[in-house]
Amino acid sequence: MSVRTLPLLFLNLGGEMLYILDQRLRAQNVPGDKARKVLNDIVSTMFNRKFMEELFKPQELYSKKALRTVYDRLAHASIIRLNQASMDKLYDLMTVAFKYQVLMCPRPKDVLLVTFNHLDAIKGLIRDSPAILNQVDETFQQLTEVYGGLSAGEFQLIRQTLLIFFQDLHIRVSIFLKDRVQNSNGRFVLPVSGPVPWGTEVPGLIRMFNSKGEEVKTVEFKHGGNYVAAPKEGSFELYGDRVLKLGTNMYSVNRPVETHMSGASKNLASQTQESIAPNPLAKEELNFLARLLGGMETKKPSDPEARFRLNLFATEEEEEQAALTRPEELSYEVINIQATQSLF
Amino acid sequence: MFRRERSIPLRGSAAALCNNLSVLQLPVRNLTHFGVVHGPSAQLLSFAPEGLPLAQRQLHAKEGAGVSPPLITQVHWCVLPFRVLLVLTSHRGIQMFESDGSIMVYWHALDSGDASPVQAVFARGIAASGHFICVGTWSGRVLVFDIPAKGPNIVLSEELAGHQTPITDIATEPTQGQDCVADMVTADDSGLLCVWRSGPEFKLLTRIPGFGVPCPSVQLWQGTVAAGYGNGQVRLYEASTGTLHVQINAHARAICALDLAPEVGKVEHCHGECVPDTQVCGARFCDPSGSSFAVTGYDLAEILRFSSM
Repeated sequence: MSVRTLPLLFLNLGGEMLYILDQRLRAQNVPGDKARKVLNDIVSTMFNRKFMEELFKPQELYSKKALRTVYDRLAHASIIRLNQASMDKLYDLMTVAFKYQVLMCPRPKDVLLVTFNHLDAIKGLIRDSPAILNQVDETFQQLTEVYGGLSAGEFQLIRQTLLIFFQDLHIRVSIFLKDRVQNSNGRFVLPVSGPVPWGTEVPGLIRMFNSKGEEVKTVEFKHGGNYVAAPKEGSFELYGDRVLKLGTNMYSVNRPVETHMSGASKNLASQTQESIAPNPLAKEELNFLARLLGGMETKKPSDPEARFRLNLFATEEEEEQAALTRPEELSYEVINIQATQSLF
Repeated sequence: MFRRERSIPLRGSAAALCNNLSVLQLPVRNLTHFGVVHGPSAQLLSFAPEGLPLAQRQLHAKEGAGVSPPLITQVHWCVLPFRVLLVLTSHRGIQMFESDGSIMVYWHALDSGDASPVQAVFARGIAASGHFICVGTWSGRVLVFDIPAKGPNIVLSEELAGHQTPITDIATEPTQGQDCVADMVTADDSGLLCVWRSGPEFKLLTRIPGFGVPCPSVQLWQGTVAAGYGNGQVRLYEASTGTLHVQINAHARAICALDLAPEVGKVEHCHGECVPDTQVCGARFCDPSGSSFAVTGYDLAEILRFSSM
């Protein structure tokens, strides 16, 4: 599929991760300076120039398991510790959120606006650090260079590639269930009303022309949906009104990260897909991970007491329970890689 | 008016590709074959109207160099004068099977020679025209294969130039013995449509320019091109001249699949159907009179069926 998909996947999932960690840091009443350090460390690792260079090289997407390893390392580039149950939960939330955003984009190109929404919010989280802000802006520039000129057809291929990556993922997230964005079977609710995508006309009109190109008749028909014209196009500039809300932070102090994972739907297909995929420890995949991870420094804080555990659940008991009862088909085999030798 | 019939379960969900449903009707045996792409595999199944699915088969794209298994872009039955072949296109090449998918009779590896590293290489767009099978590619070139009445001696006879962007879909119709009549249309990611006349050498008759959106799905019927576009519009053109006859603001999202029932021929909105919470990726009439149709949706492990009341 498209070989330009990985940067979009990585940055958007990373953005969701930061939203969730930010919310958990507040929920656990972590002191402001510590919380800021966590976010600053993760963002500066994520937007490290050499790391971005590797990321933006044309390449195929790899498995969900391989990508999870990257985020595991990314989270631990800061002073937090996440045990497996919390890391699994975090990754589930990230992937479901971005799957939803991709699915709901009115036009395939809107995935770029979703990415910009994430970057805008990330800049808000680290606004006290000009050096890191600069890194994010540079990535913004790179995104504009790579994606700014792509055609609608190329974005369509990127969208299809992302949807293949997320195919058969039906984990239920209670914040989505509460907002009626997701059904109890894990499928997302697709509204048939609202504004049409920018560049699309409201359905319901048939226009007929003669051989001279003159319009000779129009017929209206009932479409079944309830659509209105799009008000304006979102901005693709460094600063601007994105218009689209997808990719903005849906978690806040009053909308906590869900703490009860509803059971996943038993779907044979999800097993079929993974069983056909090659062994995730295939040589090429290891090389890719090593290159990416080689650019991440594992920071060892001078004070061992500085590291603290972050919990994605309300209590430690819940976290333990989640680890014990996680359905088999959703287990992410953690790939352990000694990527201490940097390639740079 | 159409009503929902019982769905046909699939072993794997449908991938978010365009034109992701192929239907082959075998009226003599009262069987219908369905083909759906899941991702690295495609699922074929045979179905008798009032019975359970009779047979299921999974096909995979032929492996090659690369990390992950190649993804299939399309699966489609080609009905030729003396045989029916099943064609499968992927990111590696083109495979042709006997119609039940049991034996592969031909393999054509794609040449990615002049592709830049940022370009995805794949085949997509499949149609039969007389004794030829035409398949589109990522470069815009359309490969024309000459198919013998039986056996595996399939030959690449021509490469058609006309498109600069990846082919999305190809449609054909029988020429009814008339000369100089358009019998094939090819569509691409830029929305450009090329209208051809088949023959020992294919001839380009008309070009119908795009307008900034892809044309993922196209059909040809009695000299009329029906094209579905990425902005939700359906347009009908006269094939020989490229004149626009009808423009329909049909959908609020990109059109992914479009089909015509050849025995009926008017443009009239007869029915609207909404499949709740499903992004449709394939749609086909199941019989020439258009009295029934089937639909696939992304992430959905079943084929939805509708028939007229």
